[in-house]
Amino acid sequence: MKILKLIFANALRHKLRTFLTVLGIAIAVIAFGVLRTVVTVWDSSVDAAAANRLITRQAVSFIFPLPYAYKEKILNVDGVKNVSFANWFGGVYKDKNNFFARLCVDAETIFDVMQEFLITPEELANFKKERNACVIGQDIATQYNIKVGDQMVLEGDIFPGRWEFVVRGIYKPKNKNTDDTQMLFHWTYVDERMKVESPTRAGNVGWYIVLINDANKAAEISEGIDAIFKNSSAETKTETEKAFTQGFVSASGAIITAMNFMSFVIIGIIMLVLANTMIMAARERTREYAVLKTLGFSAFHLVGLILGESLVIALIGGGVGITLTYPIVAGFEQAMPKGFFPFFFIEPITTIIAMSAAILIGILASIFPIQRALKTNIVDGFRFVG
Amino acid sequence: MASLITVQNVSKSYWRDKIEIPVLNNISINVEQGEFLALMGPSGSGKTTLLNLIAGIDKPSNGNIIVNGTDISSLGESALAKWRANNVGFIFQFYNLIPVLSAFENVELPLLLTKLSKAQRKKQVETALTLVGLGDRMHHSPKQLSGGQEQRVAIARAIVTDPVLLVADEPTGDLDRHSAEEILTLMERLNKEFQKTIIMVTHDPHAAERAKLVKHLEKGDLVGA
Ligand SMILES: Nc1ncnc2c1ncn2[C@@H]1O[C@H](COP(=O)(O)OP(=O)(O)O)[C@@H](O)[C@H]1O
Ligand SMILES: [Mg+2]
Repeated sequence: MKILKLIFANALRHKLRTFLTVLGIAIAVIAFGVLRTVVTVWDSSVDAAAANRLITRQAVSFIFPLPYAYKEKILNVDGVKNVSFANWFGGVYKDKNNFFARLCVDAETIFDVMQEFLITPEELANFKKERNACVIGQDIATQYNIKVGDQMVLEGDIFPGRWEFVVRGIYKPKNKNTDDTQMLFHWTYVDERMKVESPTRAGNVGWYIVLINDANKAAEISEGIDAIFKNSSAETKTETEKAFTQGFVSASGAIITAMNFMSFVIIGIIMLVLANTMIMAARERTREYAVLKTLGFSAFHLVGLILGESLVIALIGGGVGITLTYPIVAGFEQAMPKGFFPFFFIEPITTIIAMSAAILIGILASIFPIQRALKTNIVDGFRFVG
Repeated sequence: MASLITVQNVSKSYWRDKIEIPVLNNISINVEQGEFLALMGPSGSGKTTLLNLIAGIDKPSNGNIIVNGTDISSLGESALAKWRANNVGFIFQFYNLIPVLSAFENVELPLLLTKLSKAQRKKQVETALTLVGLGDRMHHSPKQLSGGQEQRVAIARAIVTDPVLLVADEPTGDLDRHSAEEILTLMERLNKEFQKTIIMVTHDPHAAERAKLVKHLEKGDLVGA
């Protein structure tokens, strides 16, 4: 294991140069990790969409409402198992930087269709019972330190005025990519007040959430639903939740593609940095390699020395980078408006790709110096002047 | 006495940019077991080249070199590497120690290629370093040693595998008078007490005086006796 000692001693010969190279690799790995995390978080919001759920919205744009009366009609369509609905409430909770979805929902059915929102039967019963009850996602509860029984006050914008709610339940996410940053309350509570304050806006819902029996029949059922409302004052457009979410995020798709691309460019750049370090190091040691060969050391030993050193630097850089990526991603999440990304986590695959990339970089960066060390014969090695 | 080394009609040319540079012209020489030979000659006369050929780190363009019964001019690269490890100790003008390793570790290097156990290696390294008078400096790094001491570490590295042949290329070329004398005395001792055959390249007449036999090279030819 003397060879291992020599590898480490060699790596530490130019401490500043090695430090800078390690730092460079670490920074690249962090940049890679953060970029990949944003990309995967983005993708997983699409993945989170259930395949057996359709969204029925106003045909022109989802900012226009649909009549409440559609619910029964949709329920009668063949293959439809359950129908719920929601409406975007907007509003401000305490501070306008507190982003999280606030939705008026059909209290009776919403947890039947949103099966990935886990709530206890008692809490659900309490929620249904009380006009101004609300249920919040676990993440909101922790973030704002809210308990069941607490009051939550929203300042309305789309629905002006002061709105008071009592928290009657906290739902838990079923999957890692389940959005647990929503606040859900009775559509009827909001609608009753609209009937009084702004009667023309009463009786409207934002979109219907349609649970179907067979995900494979999504296309036919969608057509069936839209056919009912053809030529009505509010035609509908029904699509799978996945397609709906994709449409929502695709506007930013170009940025995501660029980020995706950049994350791999970074790896390429850092490979050049390490290769440069290794080429310099191996050049300076030309004479020492000649000495080792003279003493009888083989090509195999020289490959081990150079490749080993390259890998040591790459792995330390990769390790440091990955270790720092976690707190940095956490900090990044903090710096973003609250709830901007509903779920922010570093996927294991990101760590694996980063570490594999570090190993690959270590190998590639050593190819040129190894080739040079092997083809320089002893006599030329001794005559070499740096 | 038997010949340890037989050099037969050896020529050597280097090729640079398709131009042939002849360095040694049809050289023949015998070196006996237990000899201490000094190779002298002006700079560029081919001393280092001849030494490298005999020590098996370079190959002749023509002719044969037989050392200790082996025709080394016919060996392949890796066989030659093994042969060097077993038969030759090298001493260079600039010591050529690995700077990040201690004196002990530098001397241990050639033994890493043997099957010796760690304890056996330790014993041999200590013996070699004590022999060159550095028993108390074993864990110093080359930077902490004087030039003369570094050269003694290099000599310990050359003898640690107990080779039959020691080759030294200007071993005192970079040393002050006093250190040079010490090194030469040590080499004389290795020759007399330990029966090492030594070939030393030098252009210093003081150094050559210590050898038993002196040969001169001039423009690639051996001259005189
Ligand atoms: N590897 C080499 N490639 C090209 N020319 C060389 C090489 N080695 C030695 N020479 C040339 O061969 C001649 C003899 O060199 P060398 O044996 O080192 O001489 P000395 O050791 O007597 O000074 C010199 O002209 C030198 O430039
Ligand atoms: Mg020379």
